[in-house]
Amino acid sequence: MQNWVKEIVVDSKFENVRTLTEFVESSLEPLHPSPKAIMQIGVAIDELFSNVVRYSGSSNMKLILNVNADVLTAKLTFIDEGVEYDPLKKQDPDVSLSAEDREIGGLGIFLVKKIMDGVEYKRDGQKNVLTVVKKLG
Amino acid sequence: MKIEKNVDGANTSFALEGRLDTMTAPLLESEIQGKLDGVTELEFDFAKLTYISSAGLRVLLSAQKIMNKQGKMLIKNVCDEIKEIFEVTGFSDILTVV
Repeated sequence: MQNWVKEIVVDSKFENVRTLTEFVESSLEPLHPSPKAIMQIGVAIDELFSNVVRYSGSSNMKLILNVNADVLTAKLTFIDEGVEYDPLKKQDPDVSLSAEDREIGGLGIFLVKKIMDGVEYKRDGQKNVLTVVKKLG
Repeated sequence: MKIEKNVDGANTSFALEGRLDTMTAPLLESEIQGKLDGVTELEFDFAKLTYISSAGLRVLLSAQKIMNKQGKMLIKNVCDEIKEIFEVTGFSDILTVV
């Protein structure tokens, strides 16, 4: 098996979360990823892309999918040209609070940190570059 | 996503099918907000729900807050993948999964 890379660019519109998810799922399918890994990658796409749509002001977003078939790992890189925003700086929510006291902000990115094997952010010129890594087994 | 609603007196149940995410969570929200007056038991059947993101968790939290005041809320038939999402976010302590 070889390592490969694919990419897709979509407009910053909520409905394109489907386009991105289908692109990634169909691209990864030949590797037979676990249903859990696929579901969690889908959650990461939902959280990270909806953040871009809501907050970045960027008109589109590029997703680069790198696969290392030898160790069955996928790397997803989300690139937008919006305002500088590092979601990893956001404080994690206190997950021990009761329903009444729970604040919902920051839950999405917290979830991504928990279910991915690695998350990184960097500002590259005018671009926000957020990378997540997930083992597919 | 498909939402099936059943009302039986003060019991309301929702059977969800598909994905509860950024796109579909507002649909469920609109079925719940302002529509639970007099409901003392709210039940969600997740047998055909394959996926939940934080947008879906938000809706469940707001439903739980309402039901804490007026009755109880149960979620049944939750798959392992969604259970894990509940666990890592602390929602397994807030929600009643049966």
